[in-house]
Amino acid sequence: MNEVQEIMDGITQAFQLITTLNPELLQVTALSLYISLSATVLSTLIAIPAGGLIHFREFTGKRMLITIIQTLYSVPTVIIGLLVFLLISRSGPFGILGLLFTPTGMIIGQTILILPIMTGLVITALSGVDRNIRDTLVSLGATEFQSIAQIVQEARFAILGAVILGFGRAISEVGVAMMIGGNIRGETRVLTTSIALETGMGNFGLSIALGIVLLAIALIVVLIMNLITSGALSESDRIRGGPQA
Amino acid sequence: MIRISGVSRKFGEREVVSGIDLAIRRGEIFALIGPSGSGKTTLLRLIDLLDFPMAGTMTFDGMRTDGPEHERRAIRRRMAMVFQKPGVLNATVEQNIAFGLQFRGMQKDRVHERVTSSLEMVGLSGLSQRRALTLSGGEMQRVAIARAIVTEPEVLLLDEPTANLDPLSTGIIENLIVRVNREQKTTVILATHDMGQGQRLASRIGVMMDGHLVQTGEIYDIFYHPVNRPIATFVGIDPVSDGIVESNENNLAIIAVHGVSVQAVTALKKGERVAFCIRPEEVTLSLPDACPPASSARNCLAGTITRLLPYGPFTRVHVDCGIPVTALVTRRSSEELGLVMGMKVNATIKATAIHVITDPEDKGNPTHTTTG
Repeated sequence: MNEVQEIMDGITQAFQLITTLNPELLQVTALSLYISLSATVLSTLIAIPAGGLIHFREFTGKRMLITIIQTLYSVPTVIIGLLVFLLISRSGPFGILGLLFTPTGMIIGQTILILPIMTGLVITALSGVDRNIRDTLVSLGATEFQSIAQIVQEARFAILGAVILGFGRAISEVGVAMMIGGNIRGETRVLTTSIALETGMGNFGLSIALGIVLLAIALIVVLIMNLITSGALSESDRIRGGPQA
Repeated sequence: MIRISGVSRKFGEREVVSGIDLAIRRGEIFALIGPSGSGKTTLLRLIDLLDFPMAGTMTFDGMRTDGPEHERRAIRRRMAMVFQKPGVLNATVEQNIAFGLQFRGMQKDRVHERVTSSLEMVGLSGLSQRRALTLSGGEMQRVAIARAIVTEPEVLLLDEPTANLDPLSTGIIENLIVRVNREQKTTVILATHDMGQGQRLASRIGVMMDGHLVQTGEIYDIFYHPVNRPIATFVGIDPVSDGIVESNENNLAIIAVHGVSVQAVTALKKGERVAFCIRPEEVTLSLPDACPPASSARNCLAGTITRLLPYGPFTRVHVDCGIPVTALVTRRSSEELGLVMGMKVNATIKATAIHVITDPEDKGNPTHTTTG
């Protein structure tokens, strides 16, 4: 059987699995979504205030900190996997919590993984808001918190972009999911680790099906993002060249 | 109301605002006038407590302004500032105007009430639900003004509120400023590079040049008695000639300049170096054979027209009388006199209309720059 034939068969099998709503496929997809969405929400909750503080406060080493954050954009997932593994393994400082090989452990790992890129992009988003807006808010009597909240709101579309990107990195990574989750069937097996495993075992059909699902999720996410931005965008925003690009 | 003494602000090595002493009176409209880059915006930001001076002190209604941030905010909330760029946020007009009240924790229905009446005041009642970024420049600036006055500030700071606006919008905004001042007794500090605007709106004017407040006074003082040559040039008096006082009897001086003698009213003594200028609207032109009867306090200088410039309904006529003289005549009288280039005319100027400035060297004063 040649490679092309295998791929064709895989695609056929993939459509069968998807159209018949294969229970294992559904379970793996649901767990992937649960873990990566949780990590994205957690990371958003940290990245927006952290990015806000870094952007609005003046302190020594600010440039340095931003450079470090930007460097961490490209940290390998396996490095984060290793780090979190050491922290939460039985003998590690948080070993007592028993988080290794659990979805919760994977959420923590993915949160740490996407935190730098989200924080960095939040800072970029806030820098895109005209300096004049901040002066205006302060002169209207805003407290520091009030003016940060308002500027975050003003940068909402760019921040949404950061969130989408963070989610994309979380759902597509293998390193953390494999090292922290352990790819336990029915418990910590997610889309990416399944693909790795099934491909290794020669089950190309299932691998391709999982790959299609992963891409479909990405497509849905992008569609939702475009819907939100185009719905909220007024005509003049488009004339001005989009939301705080 | 506001007392500023010795206030300076540097950005890097450049002293943008330098040793400002200024007292703003309650209820007045004070115009800060000066060319772009002269430090007007920086001074307004300092007054609004958006920035810290590097030297000097400021008090607001008798209170020090160098306290902790919450005290500064309390003072800031008694003022409002409108920036040159309207700085509207990506929200509806109503939401934009409500910000200041929301920050003060006002109840929703009260906010709505106040926003509605302030929209009425600026004449944008129908637009409350429009997204503010879809408005025209003039409308946006009115939103910015509504957003400032809705908080009922005691002091309203305006930074070039009509720069880049069409004359119609400018008129609307100028009327608005005067109304706010009259009806709400709001003290207004207005920065503008437009001399005419300062003249139309303000009761007192401060002229800023290169970070220095070079002259403060009533409109009349600034326009008719500029203290130095840069101010004279800036307020639209040109040309300026240098001369020496030849004699002075009872404050009627004869000033010698480039071989021409000119009578002027000044207290300056014989031998003093002076510069003088003549407001173009105070020069009368006549044909050479029709010189009006000479009187002791009137100069009649013969000269040649070197240039004719249309200037609205007027014509600016440059005449070389040995010294350069500019006359502003109506277009109609220019036609009646048949003024053309190279024609010989007489320029008549009352001695009282010649404005003498001491110290033509501008010793210690900043030089006039015309940065964009």
